[in-house]
Amino acid sequence: MSDAGSDVMAIATSVVDRAKSGEGLEVYVTRGTETEVRAYEGEVESLTSADSSGVGIRVLLDGDGPDAEAVGSRVGFAWAGSLDPDVIAATLADARDNARFATPDPDVVFAEPDGVAAIELDLWDDGVASTPTEKKVELAVQLERATRAADPRVRQVSSADYSDSRTEVALASTTGISSYRRRTTSFLSVDAIAGEGSDTQTGSGFSVGRGPGELVPDEAMDDAVLRATRMLGSQKAQSGRCTVVFDPRVTSTLLAIVASALSGEAVVKGRSFFAGRMGESVADAAFTLVDDPTDTRAFGAASHDGEGLACRRNVLISDGVLRMFVYDTVSARRAGTSSTGSAVRGGFAGTPGAGCRALVLTPGNLDAEQILAAVDNGLYVQSVSGVNSGVNPVSGDFSVGAEGLMIRGGAFAEPVREITVASTLQRMLQSIVAVGADLWWLPGSAAGQTLAIADMQLSGE
Amino acid sequence: MTDTALIEPDVLERVLSTALQAGGDMAEVFAEDAVTSGAVLDDRRIEELSSGRSRGAGIRVVEGETTGFAHTADLSESGLLAAARVAAAVAREGGHGTRTVALDQLAGHDRGERTLPGDVDKTRKLELLTRADDAARAAGDSITQVQVGIGDSRRRVLIANSDGLFATDDQIRNRFSVQCVANGDTGMQTGYESLARTEGFEIFERQAVEDLAHAAATRALVKLSARPAPSGEVPIVLAGGSGGILFHEACGHGLEADHVVKDASVYRGQVGELVASPLVTLVDDGTVLGEWGNFAVDDEGNPPGRNVLIENGILTDYMWDWLRARKEGRKSSGNGRRQSYQHLPMVRMTNTFLLAGNEDADEIIAQTPTGVYVKKLGGGQVNTATGDFVFGTTEAYLIENGRITEPLRDANLIGNGPEVLRRIDAVATDFDMTPGTCGKDGQSVPVGCGQATLRITGITLGGTS
Repeated sequence: MSDAGSDVMAIATSVVDRAKSGEGLEVYVTRGTETEVRAYEGEVESLTSADSSGVGIRVLLDGDGPDAEAVGSRVGFAWAGSLDPDVIAATLADARDNARFATPDPDVVFAEPDGVAAIELDLWDDGVASTPTEKKVELAVQLERATRAADPRVRQVSSADYSDSRTEVALASTTGISSYRRRTTSFLSVDAIAGEGSDTQTGSGFSVGRGPGELVPDEAMDDAVLRATRMLGSQKAQSGRCTVVFDPRVTSTLLAIVASALSGEAVVKGRSFFAGRMGESVADAAFTLVDDPTDTRAFGAASHDGEGLACRRNVLISDGVLRMFVYDTVSARRAGTSSTGSAVRGGFAGTPGAGCRALVLTPGNLDAEQILAAVDNGLYVQSVSGVNSGVNPVSGDFSVGAEGLMIRGGAFAEPVREITVASTLQRMLQSIVAVGADLWWLPGSAAGQTLAIADMQLSGE
Repeated sequence: MTDTALIEPDVLERVLSTALQAGGDMAEVFAEDAVTSGAVLDDRRIEELSSGRSRGAGIRVVEGETTGFAHTADLSESGLLAAARVAAAVAREGGHGTRTVALDQLAGHDRGERTLPGDVDKTRKLELLTRADDAARAAGDSITQVQVGIGDSRRRVLIANSDGLFATDDQIRNRFSVQCVANGDTGMQTGYESLARTEGFEIFERQAVEDLAHAAATRALVKLSARPAPSGEVPIVLAGGSGGILFHEACGHGLEADHVVKDASVYRGQVGELVASPLVTLVDDGTVLGEWGNFAVDDEGNPPGRNVLIENGILTDYMWDWLRARKEGRKSSGNGRRQSYQHLPMVRMTNTFLLAGNEDADEIIAQTPTGVYVKKLGGGQVNTATGDFVFGTTEAYLIENGRITEPLRDANLIGNGPEVLRRIDAVATDFDMTPGTCGKDGQSVPVGCGQATLRITGITLGGTS
């Protein structure tokens, strides 16, 4: 797809060239290919193959709008799921019209090259394109069969999926931005349902890589089977306060939530509990949180951010002390600072905002087993639910559904379900007992580690 | 543009024939032309207006238990034929020869008078944003931040399949939302309120955006003095129209036939059984005009129905799409939906609601000695295989001696579907609906939820005190 690379860049540049005087343009062009296979009962349930592409255009107008008093620029946005020249022209016209209505704002500008060189990252695996579809189908079908056969208690495999994607993104603007990045992903996942008598429990597992060759089907299978079978016989637990040990996958979810409150955009708009706490101790000294998209091991690794600036390593919290927020260009100007190369956008249909891509906690000294061994009475949480409805990154209130295993005398005891764990994010960060030495590069915006937090409220009976 | 302009019938017939060239039981073309627009006011500024257009077709070929699917943004005959060949690659039987497809006559749908999104002047939309911002900030000095959003969409769809089915729909939706932050001695709190209808801009003639803004602001302000929610099992009274998400999660997803046929639902094999309190009659109804989950045909071209799922506590039926219904030798219940032409359809809810009871809402509270009154719910999540589900409160109060007293901070509630449904011991008359977005398997669709004030004798509340 190297030819196609110059193709998306050429389209972006050609649109930028259409800028009128007094008008700024920023053009995001993407093209991609996806394959998705779902297996069920030894057969292909569905096979999807598709190419998709799209364009997102932002127009910036000088601020001589209807309100003569107002100074600054006005921005408008439009997108389309097509690279057809007529559609692009119509999209540009829409964006221009939209810009006329925004409130003029001196902080609204496009990113400009800031002298930070992008690190070239190899996030492309030719195996995604060269592996025949039959091989990909086989990966899903084999995973489904193997999971069914792995344990007599596995009653059903509700889904076993292989999916991959190849994506290219070009970004160009009238302020001199010109960036191109491409990446591939390959994903294998399975959902197992285990049963014993009238009891039913579920577990999921996955394996992720840049290409199919990096996938480890057994890892996905083992994880799904273990998680489902060890929950058999689970009961509601007694309510009480205890130490909670989070599975690396859950920790990854927690870090993503904490990071949403570290977004400079949330901070300047008064929507973060971290606002006004710069330089203060906001977490236990064992907590050092870094966002580093330049680490290719991270799923969210990227050479350029959503405004075309170089991604860089940002230390957000160091030894428990709040060191920095992440900014895109506009939120940085509002805060009187400069972009940290942290603009994220939801594809061609989204506009840039400030966020993290590749969070990682500096590992501690203890591995997962050692962390458990040190807990006399606690709860190991293997998965959480209701994160969207029960965690508020503005107030910090935290309450999620959980399932897992009780910990007694430093070892796993009985499985528990239909419980919640609750606290506030502020208190949780200060109550960290241990950050695991284990480190898992998980899909999403954060890596995962075993994490122990003291004194959380468990609600059950 | 007329409805048939998306793709001409003779082109569809040729594409469907091509899709079945290598075999297959059914081929389908789903074409979509969606136009959306939105605007956000944040931090007192109209930050950005956006518009989007998405146009394309998804083609599926079903052979036995296997589905092949491809999608394209190219609606020309050659683009569609290319996608049809890719989708057909899963059908390996071969030897069927040429199958002629003849489409039925297109039936029209009378949707009444609706204002088309493109006919509304942008300044009128922006005026609503400003009015809501002013109203929210006027609710109290502690309101420190307000974000208001408005959005509309027009989604025209065309569905044709090799059985001759030929259907179209023209769906117009409008939504409005207000999110407030209040700042006090105990930190910040948030409040949210929204309006969303499958109707045109005329909805704003009936609904004052100031009321939505005031509700969102009040919700944030009340929580400034909130105490931590209790933890453990408590009786709860859910206010009428508080979200209805309870039924969406406690049983709605578990009654979707795709989960049922894979043995991934606690409700499998329970038709005819008592699965809930006799006070529970649950309906999924995509025909309710104007509701957020309303449409004239589903994304497989079938008309929606008023489907009774649970009647007086007894499970009567599941929800079906074409694929799962075929397996059971029955008809789709009109619940086949998809996020866009880039997605395969699956079984989805439409507007799911509990029919009203006959008790007085205030009386139910008065007869609850201690418990929690939930005035507004946020989202939720369910594991259909185990039935365990959660849903979050965004406005809740203690009930002490039959009276609503102190406000509580946000928390999740957790329960098991069949258990919780049996614990409903009172349902009032004050029925109301709320809009929501339902996510399943990576696809989002608009849905409605509804219920009257009701009481659950015991459910676990995940507070900290």
